[in-house]
Amino acid sequence: MLKIARENLPALFAAIADTAALYLPIRKGAVNYAQWSDGADVDLDTLKTIASPKDFFLPQSETLYTAALAGNKIQLEAEPFVDEPFVVFGVKGCDVRGIEILDKVYLSDPVDRFYEARREKGTIVSMACAEPQATCFCKSFGVDAANPAGDVVTWMADGNLFWEAQTEKGKKLTEMLSNLLTSAERSPVSSQQKDIRQKIDTLPYSVGLPLDQFKSERLLELFDAPQWDSLYRTCLACGTCTFICPTCQCYDIKDFNTGTCVKRYRCWDSCMYSDFTLMAHGNPRKTQKERFRQRFMHKLVYYPDKNDGEYSCVGCGRCVNKCPASLNIVKVIKSLGVNADV
Amino acid sequence: MQEQMRIRAKELLTGGAVQRVLGWKKGDFPYNPEPAFFTTECELDDLVYDRFCAANLSGYMVEANKEDGKTLVFLKPCDTYSFNQLTKEHRVSRDKAWIIGVGCEGNAAVEEMQETGLLERCKVCTKTEHKVFDELIGEDVKTREEGDRFEQVSDIEKMPPDERFDFWQGQLSRCIRCNACRNVCPACNCRKCVFDSGKYDTEQKANVTTFEEQMFHIIRAYHVAGRCTDCSECSRVCPQGIDLHLLNRKVIKDVNELYGEFQAGNDVETPGPLTDYDADSDADPSVVYERG
Amino acid sequence: MCKTPDLLIPQIGVITDIRTETPDVKTFKIIGADGKKPFDHMPGQCAMLSVPGVGEAMFSITSSPTNDDGLLFSIKQCGTLTDYLHAMEVGSEVTIRGPYGNAFPVDTVLPGQNLLIIAGGIGLAPVGSVVRYVFDNRDQYGSVDILYGSRSMEDLVFFEEIEKTWRTQPDTKVHLTIDRAQSEWDGHVGFVPDYLKELSFSTDKTALVCGPPIMIKFTLDALLGLGFKKEQVFTTLELRMKCGIGKCGRCNIGSKYICKDGPVFRCDEIDALPDEY
Repeated sequence: MLKIARENLPALFAAIADTAALYLPIRKGAVNYAQWSDGADVDLDTLKTIASPKDFFLPQSETLYTAALAGNKIQLEAEPFVDEPFVVFGVKGCDVRGIEILDKVYLSDPVDRFYEARREKGTIVSMACAEPQATCFCKSFGVDAANPAGDVVTWMADGNLFWEAQTEKGKKLTEMLSNLLTSAERSPVSSQQKDIRQKIDTLPYSVGLPLDQFKSERLLELFDAPQWDSLYRTCLACGTCTFICPTCQCYDIKDFNTGTCVKRYRCWDSCMYSDFTLMAHGNPRKTQKERFRQRFMHKLVYYPDKNDGEYSCVGCGRCVNKCPASLNIVKVIKSLGVNADV
Repeated sequence: MQEQMRIRAKELLTGGAVQRVLGWKKGDFPYNPEPAFFTTECELDDLVYDRFCAANLSGYMVEANKEDGKTLVFLKPCDTYSFNQLTKEHRVSRDKAWIIGVGCEGNAAVEEMQETGLLERCKVCTKTEHKVFDELIGEDVKTREEGDRFEQVSDIEKMPPDERFDFWQGQLSRCIRCNACRNVCPACNCRKCVFDSGKYDTEQKANVTTFEEQMFHIIRAYHVAGRCTDCSECSRVCPQGIDLHLLNRKVIKDVNELYGEFQAGNDVETPGPLTDYDADSDADPSVVYERG
Repeated sequence: MCKTPDLLIPQIGVITDIRTETPDVKTFKIIGADGKKPFDHMPGQCAMLSVPGVGEAMFSITSSPTNDDGLLFSIKQCGTLTDYLHAMEVGSEVTIRGPYGNAFPVDTVLPGQNLLIIAGGIGLAPVGSVVRYVFDNRDQYGSVDILYGSRSMEDLVFFEEIEKTWRTQPDTKVHLTIDRAQSEWDGHVGFVPDYLKELSFSTDKTALVCGPPIMIKFTLDALLGLGFKKEQVFTTLELRMKCGIGKCGRCNIGSKYICKDGPVFRCDEIDALPDEY
């Protein structure tokens, strides 16, 4: 276990930024991950950035290749893979799990090379959640906010940042920073961990979500559940939940004509949008009910069905905070989780 | 008051005067009641009304209007302006709505379950009177503080261009193009939005972030010019906390200055300032403010 | 550093032949920029064809895997990209990536079986690959019945090949039908599912069905009516796709991605899927 005094963090950030692009929560009107530069308003106290850090691995928009057309000939130039190292600092346990969930999609056969390159070049420094909030329900999804995954895990306690490498990549970063980090006792971390876990046990969503009702065997039953008829009714069909979600993973592929060439790019898409499945001859998801259902069935039934029962939700609570109509996955779980036999 | 609303809604629903009730339903937390349609008497036990019921329900009436029979809708004073505007645009019909105007004590701004004071729109509230209703329940509480709603717009107007550009870039660069502002906006009621068209590079998702920063919100503000009631739902729902209402207020301020004071949704008869141009008395359409 | 290009990056394909099949269907032969077949495939698999700036879409490969000199795509004109493709000339380049999806079980389930191949309209394109593969390996399969229908005589794709090559194969029967009578047509008139009932095939066959969704639905009903079991019937599903590799999240029905887990499904497998296609 290593540590650095909180007031020395700017030096730590500068040292990291010397060798890699450093991204961390910065307050610019709102708190989001952004690239660190000297004088940036770093905010490590706000628990949740508005958008999740998935952007660093699956950017909201990225060019795949550029096509130049000359007569009836086409020249293609694939976009190079990310080749520069970068560090994402301060990632909470739920968001690290979010990236692991994306891994199961993008690193499974056939591997997405753009994503893979970013995962290889990116080092994740996670941070335990000293002050979990009422909308957090990571524990329901098996995330330990007191001991997050990541290449390096950190804890902010007693005016120090405690630091522990967990992977080879994390060890490399740690070595590079060895002159700034000093060795430390584990006890402040242990006591914070105990404190965090106690706090989490008192949170309203942390225990008792009826997740056991969401299993592959009930796929058709859940799909046809009458609750959907009312659950979706006031959904505005916006993409807020999708775009702030650390696990939403769907994308669109589109062309952007620059005037001289065509950039084929991919960008996040939302199953909440009406054109998501629109085809020339119709739409298999005709109303918002089907679109709304798709999003939650994907997270709670379809994804687990393909991934050994693991849910595609990390309990970060962003949708609880941000849905304009106060709809969210917890309401869906509670409504659908009512055991039909009871 | 909430009890009175439940009782009245049950009466109207069971009596058959209305087929459904559009109100706010109790959430898991005090701060997150959700807009909801109620169709049975027992569901109405979950109807709530308090300062957290900020959602403007009039936009949902566009969908309710397509269903059979009447919909009982609870509207706060400022929400009734949106309903009037929708009526004027023939997107809802007055006779398919049973409007109960509910008194408003101002809505709470909420951040992570914490009440952080009044919503900005309530601090500058001028819409304290229900403009359309069948009946009223409850009293209004004055929430307006000192200062007027155009103050911040005036401040921005006074900025040098570079500073003003930086201000807006700082705001709009946070946009993730989730469309919450557009989808919640009662004035954004086009059947097919231009931004959903696959024909242009404007469709729903970003190809370049500069589009969001420079075009999307400005086009939207212009499209609702003269029709925006200043309900500020756009700012309330923006996940990134972008002060979108300032764009609309700038347009409202300009419209007021050029064409005379106008409040969209004040009634259903007065033609909109941009649809009722008079060459003799109105400002020259080519008028462009001197740029600082 | 990984240098393998991403699967979303296509290769250049050159159109080396264009055959007009019907007023709105053309068959395109595509080879790689190196003059060779872009990739190997199995019958039923698809590929993403694209013209940058116009669009990209999934098309089934209609040639047989045994055909070495290129890939054939029979494409119906029904949108921006297909309009554009139809206006293209021999020598033009497109982009191509694939093969995607699963295939009809031509080497596992079907050998030794009697085959009943049923198609409607452009639905003959995917099963056409099966037909050609079967005829190139004729001794491995039992009897072959092909039931194919279209709106009109003019809309029957591969007509010449059917008459000259398919009909003359050993132990093979071809049953053609068109929706409405035409003076020059002396064959059967009526919809595919009705003709299927009339022909009253024995159930000692494995059926492969492909066509518009509504035709598939009624054909399945007719097959079950004849006593076929769902386990004996294979068909294809189609939804909007973008990536073709089970990542973009668009073409799922339940937990199956049509692009990766499909497009070919055995009919009893479809029963286990939610009704959303």
